[in-house]
Amino acid sequence: MADEVVEGLKTKFGDAIKDVYEKSRRRTYITVDAARLPDIAEYCYKDLGCRFQICTGMHLEHGFEILYHFAMDRADRIINLRVILDLEKPSIESIARRVPAAEWIEREMWELLGIEFRNHPDMRHLLLTDDWLEGNYPLRRDWKDWRGGEHDTSE
Amino acid sequence: MTPVNRTQIIPIGPYHPLQEEPEFFKLHVEGEKVVKLEIEIGYNHRGIEKLAEGLTYDQVPFLVERVCGICSTSHPFACVNAIEDVGGFDIPERAKYIRTFIGELERIHSHLLWLGLAGHFLGYNTVWMWAWKYREPVLDCFELITGNRNHYAMFKPGGVRRDIEDEDIPTAMRILDGLERPLLMFAKIAMADPVLQARLKNVGVLSYQDCVELGALGPTSRASGVPWDVRKDHPYAAYDKVEWDVVTTENGDVFDKVIVRVLEMLESVKICKQCLEKLREVKDGIDANYKEIPPGEGIGHHEAPRGEVFHYVRSDGSNRPVRYKIRAPSFMNVPTNNRAVVGYTVSDATITLAAIDPCYCCTERTIVVDVDTGKQLMGWKELLRLSQEKTRKLMEKYKSRMDRVWI
Repeated sequence: MADEVVEGLKTKFGDAIKDVYEKSRRRTYITVDAARLPDIAEYCYKDLGCRFQICTGMHLEHGFEILYHFAMDRADRIINLRVILDLEKPSIESIARRVPAAEWIEREMWELLGIEFRNHPDMRHLLLTDDWLEGNYPLRRDWKDWRGGEHDTSE
Repeated sequence: MTPVNRTQIIPIGPYHPLQEEPEFFKLHVEGEKVVKLEIEIGYNHRGIEKLAEGLTYDQVPFLVERVCGICSTSHPFACVNAIEDVGGFDIPERAKYIRTFIGELERIHSHLLWLGLAGHFLGYNTVWMWAWKYREPVLDCFELITGNRNHYAMFKPGGVRRDIEDEDIPTAMRILDGLERPLLMFAKIAMADPVLQARLKNVGVLSYQDCVELGALGPTSRASGVPWDVRKDHPYAAYDKVEWDVVTTENGDVFDKVIVRVLEMLESVKICKQCLEKLREVKDGIDANYKEIPPGEGIGHHEAPRGEVFHYVRSDGSNRPVRYKIRAPSFMNVPTNNRAVVGYTVSDATITLAAIDPCYCCTERTIVVDVDTGKQLMGWKELLRLSQEKTRKLMEKYKSRMDRVWI
């Protein structure tokens, strides 16, 4: 039943859908090809009528991950599109022009995680100050505070 | 001859003692009219997501409770939903009713707080005082049940931390019963008062399309006819076990946002009372006592007073999350101001900016600066005075009709 959505995505985007994991009836995680992500996100937003909730960016051992969370409000289901980006130079096409609600969160992920969003309409700092030292990304695992002082977050 | 730039900038923010989070709005005005709005946030970035990665799952609800001072149960609510979603845990039914009760009681107090502030911004200081007067018993009810007037610390993964005693239920019921009449009064006054209509109708209009595009949430979108409500669409806790309706209106202006909130409070009273009734019968414990969080990921959300709160948690099987993501509703609602404020007058800007009930922070030191000379022309006080004066003039205009509403 729910899998009309997954089947629809598979027919439309073929190989770009790499992996589908149905965690439960309400949560579906789909790993997709980063190059096709903007098309797939637009399809979810426009054709499936999903509500864009937010993105979660992560710095992990095997690379950077971004989860795009889309809520299907009438079906009580959340579709999560997962892309995995290169550890050295994470970069992906922006979806902000197609899904306007994503504009702020892409700015946030850029400044906190250092993921480049190509063709973003208005890329500048959102949360950090404008004079933040370039190349310093606080949500990365190996981040050291360039302003000096001790910032121990373990306890 | 070079063209003269007639645009002036009114900075609002970043700090204002009435609201709990700092944000900075730059209103570009031409004469009375707002032509452009710039929003800057980040004055209060505390790195809570990073901090959460260093805490255990038992500690995280306490941390996220500190995200917001007013809807302080919304974040723990979404947080425990997310942690339980990792393992697919279920919790006792009694805990579900207690969670729902706390969540709804909080909606009432948060909306009443907003209503009071909105009244103050408009120059209706009576509404301000009354709304906060009726908010007081709600806080008393919280104190009775949780021990605190705010920051209740009721939630833990697997259940709730405190039970609601049977002997407390009649007192809570009495408080809820006492709320119905004032809430109906607020609804009646808002509908009948000609000045409120003149001030709020067709002001700060947000269309259905704007809401869908920008992902606006909560009363902000429901006032524009978008029926998104996580409680109904993605039921959790006991929201599918009680009778209630999603309130929506069509016009998307500030007036409709007031109406949606007032009617929502009445729905919340309804939900709270049903929960209390159920608590007399359902007695299956309040805690499922889960010890281990398995590896995996979980998503939890809760319809906070301002809209959907979204939490994502990634677990590697240890006792701490690998990644914790928080999205508050204002993150989606604040950008809607770009569309709601532009095109209206400066005196309407205060109420429109406040209408999304943002964790927004205008300021003591709002100043109007002449861009060419850098001279200060107007402060937040003057701006507030401007707004209140507009209301006063309207009151005189509608005096004869006003007397019939406010006896």
